[in-house]
Amino acid sequence: MNKLLNKKALKIKLDHRSKYLRQIIVRSLIGGGRGHMGSAMSLVEILRVLYDDFIKINPKKPKNENRDRLILSKGHGCLALYSILADKGFFPKKLLDRTSKIGSILGGHPEQKVPGIEVSTGALGHGLPIAVGMALAAKLKKKKHKIYVIVGDGEINEGSVWEAALYSSKHNLSNLKIFIDYNKIQSYGFTKEVVDLEPLNDKWKSFGFDVSEINGHNIEQLRRNIIQFNKKKINKPSVTICHTIKGKGFYFAENNPNWHHKNNFTKKEIDDLNRCLQ
Amino acid sequence: MRKTCLESVYKLAKRNKRVIFIGSDLGPGVLSEFKKKIPKRFIMEGVSEQAIVGMAAGLALEGYVPYVNTIATFLTRRCFEQIVIDLCLHDLPVKLIGNGGGLVYAPLGPTHQAIEDISILRTLPNMTILAPCDANEMKNLVDATLKWPHPTYIRLARGGDQIITKKNTKFIIGKSVIIKQPKDCLFLTTGTTTQIALSAAKKLEDEKNIKCGVIHFPSIKPLDSKALLKWIKKVKKIITVEENVLSGGFGSSILEFCSENLKDHLHKISMIGLKDEFVDDYGDQNSLLNKYNINQLTLYKKMLSLVKKK
Repeated sequence: MNKLLNKKALKIKLDHRSKYLRQIIVRSLIGGGRGHMGSAMSLVEILRVLYDDFIKINPKKPKNENRDRLILSKGHGCLALYSILADKGFFPKKLLDRTSKIGSILGGHPEQKVPGIEVSTGALGHGLPIAVGMALAAKLKKKKHKIYVIVGDGEINEGSVWEAALYSSKHNLSNLKIFIDYNKIQSYGFTKEVVDLEPLNDKWKSFGFDVSEINGHNIEQLRRNIIQFNKKKINKPSVTICHTIKGKGFYFAENNPNWHHKNNFTKKEIDDLNRCLQ
Repeated sequence: MRKTCLESVYKLAKRNKRVIFIGSDLGPGVLSEFKKKIPKRFIMEGVSEQAIVGMAAGLALEGYVPYVNTIATFLTRRCFEQIVIDLCLHDLPVKLIGNGGGLVYAPLGPTHQAIEDISILRTLPNMTILAPCDANEMKNLVDATLKWPHPTYIRLARGGDQIITKKNTKFIIGKSVIIKQPKDCLFLTTGTTTQIALSAAKKLEDEKNIKCGVIHFPSIKPLDSKALLKWIKKVKKIITVEENVLSGGFGSSILEFCSENLKDHLHKISMIGLKDEFVDDYGDQNSLLNKYNINQLTLYKKMLSLVKKK
């Protein structure tokens, strides 16, 4: 594990846009009264950079055949995806106030019925195999669009992820890019203690991937990384290990396994959530 | 039956560019002509059912119609969650072709005997389950699956099964087939138990002059409710027959249908199938069918005793 990157990820200061997207997440957290807070906050910048700068998709025509595809395989991080999709106009922001409530289209895990959501996820280890099928389809049809998948670090405990990794290489899926939200905490606690993923970089390399490692909260590093991916003419799939902080932006939640999922917010907790983003 | 099925998929692939075949480490040389002629749409992957079903879902989301083939137990047990979420929740037109439904892999033991595939898949919304009785029906069935927009499980039997259906009959998903006209009593069957029931019905007629019908349900889900409504009322006794555990299987689906729609006729129905236990013996398919009393003589005797009871 790159300890330096991890420390830098902790220290990085959030800019106005990153705070704004987190405010939207807090809105749905409080509106729904629950949610995977820590898991959403660690991937805000990955989604922000993808949707602000790279993913070609029209909110008015979210099923256009030539769009780039993004699968949030770690579906429990969906509040971050809802935040950016609402911000881009895929659906009205007021829907966030009823997240996970009866009658809402926005649940505790993302579903395909929501405009902009490609695939229903939540059970872990499903997104990458589906993305492999999509990337293969794009190759067969000689289409230029990209397939992006975001997986969690706990998620890659699943065998299906590594099965799909084998096929990503076998089929030379150069149009496939995986981001690992490496916040180093899974449901029970620290990944190092539950099941250590290290040496993670070597693992992906040995599966035939082009591997890079960045600070997953650093906007410029994310941008450069995706530009590289789009530029490089290599015949292999790509993975970016994003060193991130669970609960990023909220001092009480950062690196705190108790904020992986949260409900029954106290008044103090709600005040703290709002105060951190001012 | 398996050969017919795969060759039919190849024929479909030749005339429709959306058809794609995915095998999971099948035997050497399977569909070699398909591989040679349409290599881009012939994919042979390794032993990894979860990723393969997910991959098929991804291809289907992009407009392809994937036909996925491997041994039935691996294709239903190992990747059940992928079938539930990737295929059924998204309601995708992926076809799962399960080799060796029931006791076909008798000598290979319980890891290979697909005795509960019908039961577990029947619980899934949007899932279609098909179990043809012979190669003729299989060919017509594969043609019908191309435009069927839902996830579909095709349960293959042993192969070399006696042909009892007509050659060029249009297969309609959700429709049953009258193999022998019912009068006094009736066997409701699926898969190759139809052949067994037909021979028992003939024996009943030849030896006891009991006019016993056989209605074959190649489509276990959706069920042909119209046929059930018509025929269950008309006969005195009914036995459902399946090469699957009784819990949650084909017979259960008939009982569930009757408890909703034909309550007064529930008492007529008995079930024959496998018990709630793992198969603990080997031999060949027929020897296990005999051991578990799914054979002509058992069907004959059971129907005879039911009819005699009145």
